[in-house]
Amino acid sequence: MTHFRPKDEVELVGIVQQALATEEPMELVAGGSKRSLGRPMQLPHVLDLSGFCGVQVYEPEELILTVGAATPMAEIERTLAGAHQMLAFEPGDWRALLGTADKTQTLGGVLSCNIAGPRRIRQGAARDHLLGFHGVSGRGESFKAGGKVVKNVTGYDLCKLMAGSYGTLAALTEVTVKVLPYPEATRTVALKGLAVDAAVKAMIQAVGSSHELGGAAHLPAVLSPTGAAMTVVRVEGPVPSVEARAVALRDELSGFGAAEIIDNDASLPLWQTFRDIMPLASPADAAIWRVSIAPTDAPALVDTLSRALDLRYFLDWGGGLLWLAVTGASDGGATAIRSAIKSGHATLIRGGDGLRAAVPVFQPQNPTVAALARRVKDSFDPERIFNRGRMYGDV
Amino acid sequence: MRMPAPDETVIARREAIAADLSRIVAADAVILPEDERRAYESDGLTAYRQLPLLVVLPSTTAEVAAVLRYCQKEGVKVVPRGAGTSLSGGALPLADGIILGLGKFNRVLEVDYDNRCAVVQPGVTNLGITTAVQGRGFYYAPDPSSQIACTIGGNVAENSGGVHCLKYGLTTNNVLGIEMVLINGEVLRLGGKHMDAEGYDLLGVMIGSEGLLGVVTEVTVRILPKPTTARAVLMGFPSNGSAGDCVAAIIGAGIIPGGMEMMDKPAIHAAEAFVHAGYPLDVEALLIVELDGPPAEVDHLIERVEAIGRANSAVSCRVSNSEAERMVFWAGRKAAFPAVGRISPDYYCVDPTIPRKRLADVLERMTQIATKHGLRVANVFHAGDGNLHPLILYDANKPGELDAAEQVGSEIMSYCVEVGGVLTGEHGVGVEKRDLMSTMFTEDDLNQQLRVKCAFDPDGLLNPGKQFPQLHRCAELGRLHIHHGQVPHPGIERL
Repeated sequence: MTHFRPKDEVELVGIVQQALATEEPMELVAGGSKRSLGRPMQLPHVLDLSGFCGVQVYEPEELILTVGAATPMAEIERTLAGAHQMLAFEPGDWRALLGTADKTQTLGGVLSCNIAGPRRIRQGAARDHLLGFHGVSGRGESFKAGGKVVKNVTGYDLCKLMAGSYGTLAALTEVTVKVLPYPEATRTVALKGLAVDAAVKAMIQAVGSSHELGGAAHLPAVLSPTGAAMTVVRVEGPVPSVEARAVALRDELSGFGAAEIIDNDASLPLWQTFRDIMPLASPADAAIWRVSIAPTDAPALVDTLSRALDLRYFLDWGGGLLWLAVTGASDGGATAIRSAIKSGHATLIRGGDGLRAAVPVFQPQNPTVAALARRVKDSFDPERIFNRGRMYGDV
Repeated sequence: MRMPAPDETVIARREAIAADLSRIVAADAVILPEDERRAYESDGLTAYRQLPLLVVLPSTTAEVAAVLRYCQKEGVKVVPRGAGTSLSGGALPLADGIILGLGKFNRVLEVDYDNRCAVVQPGVTNLGITTAVQGRGFYYAPDPSSQIACTIGGNVAENSGGVHCLKYGLTTNNVLGIEMVLINGEVLRLGGKHMDAEGYDLLGVMIGSEGLLGVVTEVTVRILPKPTTARAVLMGFPSNGSAGDCVAAIIGAGIIPGGMEMMDKPAIHAAEAFVHAGYPLDVEALLIVELDGPPAEVDHLIERVEAIGRANSAVSCRVSNSEAERMVFWAGRKAAFPAVGRISPDYYCVDPTIPRKRLADVLERMTQIATKHGLRVANVFHAGDGNLHPLILYDANKPGELDAAEQVGSEIMSYCVEVGGVLTGEHGVGVEKRDLMSTMFTEDDLNQQLRVKCAFDPDGLLNPGKQFPQLHRCAELGRLHIHHGQVPHPGIERL
């Protein structure tokens, strides 16, 4: 196996051209914290993009940040914190979940996996914040798309394709993202002891209110540090605003029981545990699934799956995101989970190589959509040089 | 504007094609007579006109699929059309292509308040969605100024914005799913009521693809609870620079207003003369900053914005104390286009986005460019996101003035790209900016976009002549140029 580590785009183009000439695919890595996401690959080469690193332009007042794609998240967060800003899509740090605590998480990795935290319901996902990029396609051509301003419709929005393509279309070298002010204050309104159907009803009511929710999650009793189920909703903003909204939410949700207001300092770590999927990090041998559904489908799905599988779960995105930890099922629960989903999809986020090779990691697609996706892959990487087989057998 | 040379053999078959299509859709859904086709000869970019081959108005997804399948088989070009409000010529017809009008797809199919979404047909107007959900306190956030007329299908094609998109996003951030038809007649569903795509974000690339990738037949949009309060501050500044500084200071202070609009002196005077909004006339620039959300937040932030304005040399400052007063503040801005229409027989508007820090410089350069061509410019612009809307004033009856106006627009857009901006923030490329694409993109950049186009539409039948300065054959674009057995960079570091 050869480990290529280009120091600039010219070298990167050369490496890809060479891979095309020898028809040998390669695995794209940077910090290496998410190598176990997707289908297992046994590729002859590693393309290490960690050289594309560093903050290039940060203009807080323009709300944009341009960095080398492999810039570590820690550096990004430190840089943004200096101007009280953030990546509003609240990407999680999944290293504890994936057992890669010794690795580095990079912005390019976060974008390629389209990771988004609890604030997704208000501010969108990684896909909504990637404004532009430079990269090299699997054709060995250097190209760019998008721009370095927050509002742009010039040309196809290839940024959307890059987000969530798991490095199968292009090797990103530079990315420009939209950044937003970090909220001055946070409050959480917490309900105790709700069953999942009541919890989803409470979240739907809260998110549908005019209080501009920045998070709504439900943690069942078995995972709760207090021993009682917690249903929590978050408001963010200036101090007078969050105080008024938290009180209003507490009163409006009183039909679901007595609600408690959690202050700023206790709120921040609480939401970080949801963001980082900490409730399900251990035991390390459970299969972890991320299930994206319409919020109202959540209670019935949880009910069905709880009967079929040995599982623990929590809900984020007001019920629209179901995180599952399944133990004891030979297929990790794939069949039961996918047959129970009415509309939406399930992704196997953690599982051994054997499991990830045996069951589809990504939701199998309708044949028409799958064929279109293959043609899109062809348009960037016709020889399947980048991350061959990471998403689907032929993509 | 040069369009692809029409295929005379297709034009010669006009009546036969009409007869064939009449067997696919209802006979009265195929428009053949020239006087009836004329209604479709232009869109919002009225400088360009072209009679279409035919107009077809299908009623169902199955009909759209059958029409497209037929067109692919027969090699007939297709221009999809919503309400025809595009400002960039996205729906400009082709002499050898049909207009596929989606006007009959005008129903709201479902409103799902619990999942905060609405499923609508593409011909529903943007405002029609809000109208359908406002009874329960919800609305659809993107609000292009044509929202009374423009359709959600057109919004998807153009990735439309509006005055509130800094805070609430463009169309792409507010659509959860679509049903669409490929040129080969295949019907696809992308997304749904859940929040993210499985696999590649094909929905994301469809939004803003200007009718070149597929035809949208159903849209699932996110709806939001309407903000309880909105208040606006109206501030006048002694220079464009100080107004720009104020905008930067507001955002630097961590405030993202619901709307933040700026007008320059010619626009202020035109608007004031038209609607008498009480705008100050002795200032160089006017800023309207609107805060929306919970009352406690709005009241708190409005004081901070006022203070920031004073610190940035605002010479006048008024805060709206009633809904009526807020509407008056907006009246002038919203009427800016017709107001400019009163001081000039014609105007031409482009919409580049710039880094805001270059504002004063770009405005000055615009005046120079216009003066050089003997024209004037009035400016309104979405200050929060740097999206300019220079209105270039001209008289179409004076020989050469339209050409001069287009030249001014082109030079302004090129300069905006030069300072780090982009050609279009919300109106789209269409035919208008097609030939300027190479100021922003290299040939490799454009070829990669074209290859994505080939993945959807291999024969290039959907809306050709738009967006890309050159037509290419997909087979040529797909060819790889590699040197078998050669190692281009043998000296590369290996670990």
